[in-house]
Amino acid sequence: MHNKVYEITSDKIRETIIALKENENFSLLLDITAIDYLNYPNHTQERFSVVYILRDESFKNEVIVKTMVNDKRLSLPTISDLYQSADWGEREVFDQYGIVFEGHPNLKRILNHHQFKGHPLRKDYEITDGQICTETEDLMDEMRPLLKQKGYEEDEVMLLNVGPSHPASHGTIRNFLAMEGETIVSAVTEIGYLHRGFEKACETHTYSQIIPYTDRLNYCSAILNNIGFCKTVEEMLGVEIPERAKFIRVIVGELSRIMDHAVCNAANCVDLGGLTNFWYIFNPRDEAYEVLSKLTGARLTNSYTRIGGLSYDIYDGFEQEVESVLRSTEKSIDDALSLIARNKIFLDRTQDVGVIQQDFAINAGITGPNLRATGMPRDMRKDKPYYHYDSFDFDVVVGSHGDVYDRMMVRFEEMIQSIRIIRQAIKEIPDGAIITENRAVAMPPKEQVYGSIEGMMNQFKLVFEGVKVPKGEYYSATEAGNGELGFYVVSDGSGTPHKVKCRPPCFYSLGAYSKIIENTMLADAVVTMASMNFIAGEFDR
Amino acid sequence: MGLEKEEELSLGDSVLVTKLDTAVNWARSYSMWPMVFGTACCGIEFMSVAASKHDISRFGAEVVRFSPRQADLLVVAGTISYKQAPILKKIYDQMPEPKWVISMGACACSGGFYDNYTTVQGIDQIIPVDEYIAGCPPRPEAFFDSLMRIQEKSQKESITQKDRQHNRGFKGFLDA
Repeated sequence: MHNKVYEITSDKIRETIIALKENENFSLLLDITAIDYLNYPNHTQERFSVVYILRDESFKNEVIVKTMVNDKRLSLPTISDLYQSADWGEREVFDQYGIVFEGHPNLKRILNHHQFKGHPLRKDYEITDGQICTETEDLMDEMRPLLKQKGYEEDEVMLLNVGPSHPASHGTIRNFLAMEGETIVSAVTEIGYLHRGFEKACETHTYSQIIPYTDRLNYCSAILNNIGFCKTVEEMLGVEIPERAKFIRVIVGELSRIMDHAVCNAANCVDLGGLTNFWYIFNPRDEAYEVLSKLTGARLTNSYTRIGGLSYDIYDGFEQEVESVLRSTEKSIDDALSLIARNKIFLDRTQDVGVIQQDFAINAGITGPNLRATGMPRDMRKDKPYYHYDSFDFDVVVGSHGDVYDRMMVRFEEMIQSIRIIRQAIKEIPDGAIITENRAVAMPPKEQVYGSIEGMMNQFKLVFEGVKVPKGEYYSATEAGNGELGFYVVSDGSGTPHKVKCRPPCFYSLGAYSKIIENTMLADAVVTMASMNFIAGEFDR
Repeated sequence: MGLEKEEELSLGDSVLVTKLDTAVNWARSYSMWPMVFGTACCGIEFMSVAASKHDISRFGAEVVRFSPRQADLLVVAGTISYKQAPILKKIYDQMPEPKWVISMGACACSGGFYDNYTTVQGIDQIIPVDEYIAGCPPRPEAFFDSLMRIQEKSQKESITQKDRQHNRGFKGFLDA
């Protein structure tokens, strides 16, 4: 499979993207990344290229705009004035590759710390070359222009750090706020505290070895990440996975989505002061963990998929146990809703709070439940169906205001829709293999490995050299818990990728967060954050 | 504990005699106040530790404090990057003595499979650690196992002792 790619020269970048945006409705900038072609076989052009991935309003088409970057200048014009999402996207490329975007208002490091020297995703940066950070940045360089813009002096506001170690920061996000009383004048979000070098690690591991790393992107729904990555590689290989594997991927994937939404809503209720909901919602989640650990051997980090299929078939009694999880989930949703759905305190705290406008959401690259809560019915499972999602009977859930209330209710309702999908899929699971029989991709059965020299060699080659993916570049996406989870893979033809870029959905929604909470109250900013489900493993990678 | 002398016996059941250290340690070990420094996947598994099924309150440690000033058990649950390291150190330094540290999961113990430019290869390069838990992430049972060992260790404390022996002289890469 191939993406639609426009290869252009670097001076045409702005006009090309403006034309795509204005004339062809490519209103969503999904991701920006760079590729370092040092040591890439038969490469004679400039060393770096920058890749822009765009999606159109219907969500059915994506297009890739690619440009080589002049070796001496290492710079490109910014497009951060066209797309809000380019703000952080360009900062990340600058941080990881050292490519400058001229005209960017705030081009500084985003994932690595401020004392870091060099650019880690360049091929000549040694992977184990760690650099110690002795103190945290004060972020005043970002705050001062914001205050000036709003006409405030520094001594007129109270400066407040929320995070990185804070109960409301859900992991490791740091928000630096300028407060006037209880109202937020301006905010700066700093991330990178959980940057664990996912993309660099991918370049030193075979395709199969990367699967466990994908678990730890969005660790609330590990299997959805496994599926997203394996699906991309399978499409590059041109491998069709068996029907049974597709159905099982749908079932465990939707189960993971339920758990992902459960964590988000349960934590949100805690932030609102409703601890009982947390107990209610977490009970079926733990039951689902038991099913998954029986199936995959792990509760949280499952590594369940393999390239070409799955690691294990479902066990006897799986269907009944999943059904029992679904029933308890339904009950827990009812129980939780019975406490909040007509609760005045809850409604006052969530309705018209943390509102995201639809245009802004698209411009900022927000996808998934957060986008649907604004009333935009965009879901990759419907718009670009994979694994027979078009033949399952389920609804795309939308909100109307894009506030905290809508986001929570969209998640609750999506859990119910996922339950519907699982029930239909369980009825229809076909018999057959769970992994492709293409021996260049999947390992042979153990009898062959131990019983024949060919089987032994086959396994040896796949383990040591990895699955050989044809040379090329490819982007593919799935609907993960937080929205569009994409992988952009560059292969040089070997068993180890030349580059893997993950398009993390909550990276871009977090990039927009500081704008969303401006002029709101501090306590509302806390619930807004909880309702947008920022997962540190995903945005920091 | 126990009644030994005649005059004590005359007090009946109303008085228990014990050593102050024993009483304090008994109280302390069954009311640990954890400060959860949850950064990653292990933090999510800690949520399961706290939720109804596994229920950390059976060990008297359910009062999860996010203020280090009010905590005596630091649970480092998740990967610590070089960017995060100064913050972890500051949190640890803010906790009053006596204090204990659980390093939960492979990343906190050794960097796990993140052997790269951004991950600290074990938090014991920054702060002293009392208990290491293996696993990626560990099961809740493994967490309770280490919590019980911390409870045992805390029985050896003395109120006359200012610093705990093994923390003295610790030097991490952030200690000047």
